[in-house]
Amino acid sequence: MTKAVSRDFCLKCILTFLLILSLVVASFVVVSFNPLALFTLEALGDMALYIARFFPPDLSVEFLLKVSTGLVQTFAISAVATLLAALMSLFLAVPAAGQMGQGVKVLTRFFLNFLRSVPELVWAVLMVLAVGLGPFAGTLALALHTAGVLGRLFGEALENHDPSAHLALRLAGASKAQALLYGTLPILGSRLLSYTLYRWEMNIRMATILGFVGAGGLGQILYYELSLLHEQQASTVIMAMVVLVVGVDMLSNQLRREQMHSMG
Amino acid sequence: MDTRFQDRDPAAKGRVLKACLLLAILWPTFDVAQFNVALAMTPGNFEVFTNFLSQFFPPSFQPDFLKMVLKATLETLAMATAGIALAMAIAIPLSLIITHSLSISRLGPASGHRAAQLARYLARMAILLMRGIPEIVWALLLVRVFGLGPISGVLAIAVTYGGMLAKVYSEILETENTRAARALLMLGSGRTAAFLYGLLPGASQELASYTVYRWECAVRASVVMGFVGAGGLGQLMDQSMKMLNGGEVSAILMVFLALVFLADSISLVIRRQLA
Repeated sequence: MTKAVSRDFCLKCILTFLLILSLVVASFVVVSFNPLALFTLEALGDMALYIARFFPPDLSVEFLLKVSTGLVQTFAISAVATLLAALMSLFLAVPAAGQMGQGVKVLTRFFLNFLRSVPELVWAVLMVLAVGLGPFAGTLALALHTAGVLGRLFGEALENHDPSAHLALRLAGASKAQALLYGTLPILGSRLLSYTLYRWEMNIRMATILGFVGAGGLGQILYYELSLLHEQQASTVIMAMVVLVVGVDMLSNQLRREQMHSMG
Repeated sequence: MDTRFQDRDPAAKGRVLKACLLLAILWPTFDVAQFNVALAMTPGNFEVFTNFLSQFFPPSFQPDFLKMVLKATLETLAMATAGIALAMAIAIPLSLIITHSLSISRLGPASGHRAAQLARYLARMAILLMRGIPEIVWALLLVRVFGLGPISGVLAIAVTYGGMLAKVYSEILETENTRAARALLMLGSGRTAAFLYGLLPGASQELASYTVYRWECAVRASVVMGFVGAGGLGQLMDQSMKMLNGGEVSAILMVFLALVFLADSISLVIRRQLA
């Protein structure tokens, strides 16, 4: 380097830094929380006592059986919800891509945005009201939110794909539906599938906690045991959650890496 | 070779077979998920739900209630900001420990090799645990120690996002150009100096931009965490929902959507500036 790196006085940087710092401090004031208070002897002792109550985890056979049922249920909720959402999104994607007119497109997009921006847990509370406690409510809640996400992704994929196959079929006399089914979908298929699998991965994570509002799965067991102050049972459930979440994470990372290798 | 005109899809057989196979695998899961559309149509459920939904309009805009919503909104933003600040404080040392490109023992035989390896392993396990447990579970656990209110929410965000940030920070630091840091380390500089002068200049933009993105996620998450009593808009929404007050729920929902939109655009603007 011929010239020394400029170390000019940067007023903008300093102001930005001060602004962010003051906002952070203001945030701590608003929630009236002093992080240093965590490190008093008393607070540390309380925490240690609380953590000690989670050990040893309950590994009795009957409880493990219960947890594994919850695990299977969580898995089922996520699988069914993702499947339903993918099917819904296929139908919603066509109007969302503007193939049925501009007005319908705007309306569908608005609907999809709405589905997407309401969090899964809020949907779950609503669905518990609609269909009662249990995994079905969780399935519906996840499906609604995921339909919003996938519908938008599918719609964008449909809008931006290469239309030559579609056009060729249309020019050869195929109907719009036929051109979509045999021209467009085969091209987009793998992309739509990868979007769906990606959402499934996120849904597995989400399904573990939907039970907090009574929508089935591992979360419901955890909430129940914690309400009864059964910390040892709760720690078994938490361990199952970590295994599920981390396992799915590692599996998908592995698959992604393999796919990247096979694609070069 | 058969050159007859084919008016049927040549791939139909395979597709139908695949679909059937998939359905056969997935069918039991429908059972486990207790999939039953008829449940929504039972008179009790249907009535309660439609009553509740019909109350959504008009949203409740009473001054008292609005004041509460405003306070909760502020609290939500503060929770996210304070949580991310703490998460950074947790993530920076952890990521410096686990980053390979800052590892002195990788350069060659060094004293304290075993201890360094052990520290790295422990840090990795801590990160795995922190981000492996969803934030709302952390919130549920912390509410029992710190009581209802935003403090548990702040700590839950700090722990979960601390783990996520630590992992991504170290990934960013490893994919950056690491030659400068390596050269510094080989010349005998300490890890901190190698980080500050060798890695940080190249990576600071990406690090900052990812942190801002996580802040946006934290705003979203802090709403949800209120459902277990960790303060903010979520707690308010939970209360209104338990009282089946549709007008209040729809008002909070609207504020929430606006807040998420706001956080989205703020984060987008900052990240554009950084890029």
